[in-house]
Amino acid sequence: MKELIEKLNSKYDLQEIVYQRDNLAFTAIRKENAIDAITYLRDYEEFTHLVMMSCVDWIEDGKFQLLYLLNSPEKKCDIGIKVYIDRENPEMFSAHHLWKSVWTYQRELKEFYGIDFPGSPRVNDDFVVEGWEEIPFMRRDFDTHEYAEKTYFPRGNRKTNDPAEYMRKKLYPNQPVTAKQRKDDK
Amino acid sequence: MSELDLNDKMSEMLAKSEANVKNSKKDFTRPEDELREVVAPDGSIIKINPLYDYFSDEKPKEEKPRNGVVEKFLNWARSESIWVLGFGTGCGSIEIPPLVTPRFDMFRYGVEMRPTPRQSNAFIISGYLSVKTLKRVIRTYEQMPSPKYIIALGSCTINGGMYYDSYSTINRLDKYIPVDVYIAGCMPRPEALLHGFAKLKQLIKDGKAEKANEYARNFDEYKANQKKIIKDWNMPDYNW
Repeated sequence: MKELIEKLNSKYDLQEIVYQRDNLAFTAIRKENAIDAITYLRDYEEFTHLVMMSCVDWIEDGKFQLLYLLNSPEKKCDIGIKVYIDRENPEMFSAHHLWKSVWTYQRELKEFYGIDFPGSPRVNDDFVVEGWEEIPFMRRDFDTHEYAEKTYFPRGNRKTNDPAEYMRKKLYPNQPVTAKQRKDDK
Repeated sequence: MSELDLNDKMSEMLAKSEANVKNSKKDFTRPEDELREVVAPDGSIIKINPLYDYFSDEKPKEEKPRNGVVEKFLNWARSESIWVLGFGTGCGSIEIPPLVTPRFDMFRYGVEMRPTPRQSNAFIISGYLSVKTLKRVIRTYEQMPSPKYIIALGSCTINGGMYYDSYSTINRLDKYIPVDVYIAGCMPRPEALLHGFAKLKQLIKDGKAEKANEYARNFDEYKANQKKIIKDWNMPDYNW
């Protein structure tokens, strides 16, 4: 794993390297180099399987983090490629030519986070929700509760109990509450 | 499929998505619903609008009850043959198959499953309902012949249940289609469903299960609520 990462580092100038396990490492690559590196890993280093592609919304840093998780059935190890892209104008180079499953992941990311992948097949089609007009719903600045309240006629008078507190009151009503429990309840 | 075919398909899809980008205004009409011209047997050309030509353009009508004993007899007959549409909308649909097994056996109460909306008169909304499914539910519900009954299964249909703050699932079902019987629980056991059927039968016998008429009476209100959340309304207004 270490050799591979060093080889990658000399080629693509990695931003950060995290060795999670012997057979799992995460690394961040610049947006311009990412697709090159993934193609290199697929064609020369036997990382032939794309496990998944996902996104994290780092709203505080103004960035989206894309993650390409690759697996090598030959070497029995995984590598996660992180790519940070701008949150204001989210656009990434499409990887649809590498694996066909990427079509669906990119279509999903376009709808969930509004990240554009120019040239990816059917990327603008509706995927999970139909006819969505608000900002993409998986972004952290989208308040789903508020949206549901104003759209779906809430019935009101909804009560929520903290499970631990509720069960303690039910099972041990006479026992005094300790300071730690009081702190946990808050 | 050979590699060549796949490549052909891929390039076709690419061209399609590029066309989509060009017409930036979203058009939800499906290809099979577009206007088309058909040559009739006598050679004349007929224009067809599939969304409106194949469906009725009249609102549903209220049906008045018959006189005394006749209506009572009809209601008794209706209550003994509840034919349920086999359409599972959410996680609750997993509670329906056990009812068809010898252990719970819903046939002894005259309850039966049917494959099409045209043959059924009861619709079990089983659990949470996303907006996407609601669209199909409305289409199906309107195609069922009257008198028809709706059983709402699970907490999600009552107040949203654990999905009360979700962006894509509705909170209250009775704002979009009228509900006869609610069965609370997450999930209710098959016994609860049987109890719901018994309750529905009692309501029908008492002449209180008139929700299909209520739908016809408040049709505009229901339609307004439905259209408020279904943004891509690419189906006819009257689906029968």
